[in-house]
Amino acid sequence: MHNENQSLIFELTKPGRVGYNLEPLDVPELDLADLLPAGYVREEAAELPEVSELDIMRHYTALSRRNHGVDSGFYPLGSCTMKYNPKINEAVARYSGFANVHPLQDESTVQGAMELLYDLQTSLQEITGMDEVTLQPAAGAHGEWTALMMIRAFHEANGEGHRNKVIVPDSAHGTNPASATVAGFETITIKSGEDGLVDLEDLRRVVGPDTAALMLTNPNTLGLFEENIIEMAKIIHEVGGKVYYDGANLNAVMSKARPGDMGFDCVHLNLHKTFTGPHGGGGPGSGPVGVKADLIPFLPKPVLVKKEDGTFHFDYNRPQSIGRVKPYYGNFGINVRAYTYIRTMGPDGLKAVTEYAVLNANYMMRRLEEFYDLPYNRHCKHEFVLSGRRQKKLGVRTLDIAKRLLDFGYHPPTVYFPLNVEEGIMIEPTETESKETLDAFCDVMIQIAKEAEENPTIVQEAPHTTVVSRLDEARAARTPVLRYTK
Amino acid sequence: MKHRYLPMTEQDKQEMLATIGVDSIDALFSDIPEEVRFQGLYNIKEAKSEAALMKELAALAAKNKDTAANVSFLGAGVYNHYKPVIVDHVISRSEFYTAYTPYQPEISQGELQAIFEFQTMIAELTGMDLANSSMYDGGTSLAEAGMLAAGHTRRKKILVSGAVHPEYKDVVTTYAYGQSIEIVTVPTKDGVTDIEALKGLVDDQTAAVMVQYPNFFGQIEDLQTIGEITHDAKGLFVVSANPLALGVLTPPGKLGADIAVGDAQVFGISENFGGPHCGYFAVTTKLMRKVPGRLIGETVDEQGRRGYVLTLQAREQHIRRDKATSNICSNQALLALAASVAMTALGKQGIQEVAKQNIVKTRYAKNAFEAAGFEVAYQGAHFNEIVVKTKKSVTEINKGLIEKGIIGGFDLGRVYSELENHALIAVTELRTKEEIDALVAEMGAYNA
Ligand SMILES: Cc1ncc(COP(=O)(O)O)c(C=O)c1O
Repeated sequence: MHNENQSLIFELTKPGRVGYNLEPLDVPELDLADLLPAGYVREEAAELPEVSELDIMRHYTALSRRNHGVDSGFYPLGSCTMKYNPKINEAVARYSGFANVHPLQDESTVQGAMELLYDLQTSLQEITGMDEVTLQPAAGAHGEWTALMMIRAFHEANGEGHRNKVIVPDSAHGTNPASATVAGFETITIKSGEDGLVDLEDLRRVVGPDTAALMLTNPNTLGLFEENIIEMAKIIHEVGGKVYYDGANLNAVMSKARPGDMGFDCVHLNLHKTFTGPHGGGGPGSGPVGVKADLIPFLPKPVLVKKEDGTFHFDYNRPQSIGRVKPYYGNFGINVRAYTYIRTMGPDGLKAVTEYAVLNANYMMRRLEEFYDLPYNRHCKHEFVLSGRRQKKLGVRTLDIAKRLLDFGYHPPTVYFPLNVEEGIMIEPTETESKETLDAFCDVMIQIAKEAEENPTIVQEAPHTTVVSRLDEARAARTPVLRYTK
Repeated sequence: MKHRYLPMTEQDKQEMLATIGVDSIDALFSDIPEEVRFQGLYNIKEAKSEAALMKELAALAAKNKDTAANVSFLGAGVYNHYKPVIVDHVISRSEFYTAYTPYQPEISQGELQAIFEFQTMIAELTGMDLANSSMYDGGTSLAEAGMLAAGHTRRKKILVSGAVHPEYKDVVTTYAYGQSIEIVTVPTKDGVTDIEALKGLVDDQTAAVMVQYPNFFGQIEDLQTIGEITHDAKGLFVVSANPLALGVLTPPGKLGADIAVGDAQVFGISENFGGPHCGYFAVTTKLMRKVPGRLIGETVDEQGRRGYVLTLQAREQHIRRDKATSNICSNQALLALAASVAMTALGKQGIQEVAKQNIVKTRYAKNAFEAAGFEVAYQGAHFNEIVVKTKKSVTEINKGLIEKGIIGGFDLGRVYSELENHALIAVTELRTKEEIDALVAEMGAYNA
């Protein structure tokens, strides 16, 4: 471990160095003062770095070595589906005919790109059991909001604009209630029961003529399949509401159960999870939305259609559409990757993906249940949630366990989520990991559980091997430093 | 079935099932009610091998006319700029692109620091106090600015200049509807926001005035005056700015902007048929705690070493849920990295040189069009776009141009009925004199 601070790129600057070359100007030189209005010529240059190309490459290589990705090691981050990101996807997305096409080119010059999107749309319809899919939303949260806006438009079109309540279980991802707010709804939170599933009685209690929708994640964020799904959909439909499926966790149910067959009216998917769009250190994503027939008129503009002559067309003539949700047509580059993945796996492959994702999660759960509390003891789907409450009594918190895992080269699981589990540890192995990897990780988890009993300090003071130790987050928030200043 | 992404062997599987205490994988799905169980396999295309699939998709890609093999004069919000080769090498480092959001700072210092640098560069360029870690794109970023303004001022009306990108304006309108915010379009005059009309429209219900800089027609707006009018009415001044242009233009932060947004696609990001690009969001300090999305802050570790963390998270959905300032979770981190690398490669000098070349080459094109007998619609100061009047439909002309390997300008008649037969021509630093001359000559053939 070294004590030097890692330099910021700005600290490497040496005036006069450059990292670029341009062709010399081949048209007559002009003076900016003659071309721009007075007061609009920038007086103080923006302080961007002044470094050579090698400086840049070394800087970012050094930074990359201070970062952990799926390619660096196991990354069992629950609710994030950190599976292997196939390299063929990266190659295909960089094909010039995909990367270097402008969204506003004439449709006749981009039929290949449109065909790919159309085929992806159609595949996702089949995978979700929905009647139509839009690929425009840029990420999961954006998809949630898009679908909720459609539900809102649907109710308004039926003269039921008064429906202003969206019901969300307490175990839901934070984006669900936040998206409801952005779409102009009020959120009602319902409790999970003893068994970790939505409490039907609580649901019945809150539904009514003001119910716009129920947002449900299935399997839920505990990794449990909501067995009463048909009953829940019925309760909502009976009062005239719509049922929304947060499909971020589709990895658990592909070829096993489709949102469309479970009574859902709409669904969003995270192509950057189940369908291997790499997470990119936080983005980009792609959050397509699938809908049943009665929501189709409200799809965002434009809708990609196939014409009778076999060509593809962006249809803007959609009078009941909620409008545009994003400039152009979505995160095309991520959609290309997801499409490549689906074509790589095929029908058998996608089924195997889910089966192994679920097998792996159950295997780890059973290997660890003796050493950590397992609040919901039944078959899980793609992920499971342990509780660190036993270790907490020994003075070792879940956060400490997460930090201790860093010493062994692992990215920790998601911790303190979902909110309805005390000291939650949410583990999602994914199907691309080998048994050896799962076993090695479980061995370390077991070792940490023993350390908590025998030598808690080593856990409490972890990590011991990382380039920085625990960081002072309170200080960061109290006196925010959000940019470099000389 | 064997697959290269699925490592489990039959023996692994049997051992694991034994540990779990079930005799088949199917047993693990017994909680899915029979009536909703999907039977069989999806009706999608069969799997293809790596080589066969690459061949098929290469052929599909080749059906598109791209801006590498053709000469592009198409802009309208997405530009064909110099993309330093180093950008792709950096973002291809899988420690970056296969990582999730940096929730564990000890093993995510690389990403956190890179984005802290991005925030710094955007703040520098825009002249704002701080910037966030990225938004989906320029359009949704502008919409978020509108929601921030409405929340901050507790007002429900937003004035959007008619010279804002039409697709951005559409996105703002969709978001505004969800929030019951009224959108009013400010008319344009001579290709810029009509100042007199704006004065008549602002009132004590105006949450924000939104303009674009340079605007959709390539013209430079009078930000100073528009900002003053907005602030007199106690609204927030929102500027959607092309960050490359800010290499030579006075930044919005110096001209009264409260919020500056836009898209960093101009920095090393391919057109990608419209995405992924990279929205940015920058504000003055007084709005710091209302910013949507993630913010990276500097701090120290237990040994006093400098480090970076996600900060001010009390604004965000995972903490505040329905009270969050925005619903955004995943953003465009990898593109923010790409933009940072490109901004670094250009550096302090390069960004000025590139921005200036855009203006000077566009001026050359303007003169060339006029010399060839075309009318250029707006005569104000421009960045890298001009509006050229044509005698025939722009879409028809473009169909001819593509045969000559030229991707023509945006057909403004597609959006504005009064601008039929008007092409929005973009001239970046990559366009050579010969290419510009060829465009003018080829378009001239339709101007007889
Ligand atoms: C269950 C669930 N829903 C929604 C989201 C939000 O997706 P995104 O980050 O793409 O906006 C996530 C992401 O973590 C999730 O796990």
